[in-house]
Amino acid sequence: MLSSKIFSELLSNKGFNFYAGVPCSLLSGLIRILDDDPQTPYYPAVREDAAVGLCAGAYLAGKRPVLLMQNSGLGYCLNAFTSLNLIYRIPALVVMSWRGEGGKDAPEHIIMGEINQKLLQTIGMEYSVISADNYEASLDKALQKINEGLPYTLLVGKGFFDEGH
Amino acid sequence: MKGTDAFKEIIPLLTDEPVIHANGFICRESFNLKDREGNFYMIGSMGLASSIGLGVALSRPDQKTFIMDGDGNVLMSMGTLAMIGAAAPRNLLHIVIDNEVYESTGRQGTLSNSVALEEVAKSVGYTHIKRVTEKEQIKPAFQELIGREGPSFLLIKVEPSFDKATGRVHHTPEEITSRFMKSLR
Repeated sequence: MLSSKIFSELLSNKGFNFYAGVPCSLLSGLIRILDDDPQTPYYPAVREDAAVGLCAGAYLAGKRPVLLMQNSGLGYCLNAFTSLNLIYRIPALVVMSWRGEGGKDAPEHIIMGEINQKLLQTIGMEYSVISADNYEASLDKALQKINEGLPYTLLVGKGFFDEGH
Repeated sequence: MKGTDAFKEIIPLLTDEPVIHANGFICRESFNLKDREGNFYMIGSMGLASSIGLGVALSRPDQKTFIMDGDGNVLMSMGTLAMIGAAAPRNLLHIVIDNEVYESTGRQGTLSNSVALEEVAKSVGYTHIKRVTEKEQIKPAFQELIGREGPSFLLIKVEPSFDKATGRVHHTPEEITSRFMKSLR
């Protein structure tokens, strides 16, 4: 398990300075730490695609945004990713929790849990499934893509971060 | 009042402000009347002009920021009005050109003939709200709102009157991004 505090410090050290999203229990510790620190402003969004828009605006105005969401929000974001981020070259780091991984979860998470990687591949959005061994390398890969103007997703499984609730 | 008339009133009042434009006729009217580097033309991603504008306004509190929105876009993302009310950026003016239809897809009705969008804005915490129906009212309403602390909301009721011969934005999406960012530096 990775400390949410260490991860949030890593994001700050890499220059990320604007956070928006819709909560997930798997990301609750991370969101609480971001929200508590004025150096890492976190803006709650009403739906995931509104967070995509918020992060896009922040990027256009010179920030480095991070979008936090559960994979259930991916469906809402497909139009925003394909008709905004990918064609306008507006990057964002997407930290997406992976509910339904391995088919073991509540029924509403099973289908999206099975197809979230395929959806990202289909729309041409690169991603990594992060683990204790690869999260730093994955973040470096994400930064490389972001510097090319492209969004990049870190898929986070259950138990990766300490939860805060 | 025609939609074009509303743009003709507003455009001369702009200086160096970033203006986020909703997709459809909002982009096309504005582009064809006066192209500006500070115009962000959203050609797709319907509903997101408001959240993009909020992101710009929060990130550049020193810079007056305008959203040029349509009633269909506002209704699609009504929750974003709540985000704007809650985040309360003082530097944001949200302008809505309300023709009560989806103009660029064939004038199908939205819901704004029976839903008063300015009342929604008031309920979620916009600080100053104006609703105008005549073009002579636009300039004084705009000038009053930009002189006060926002987030403010200017609703302009217009007739569906978009000329389909109006050209599309001819910059590529990547060009729109780079010139907008350059204009904000």
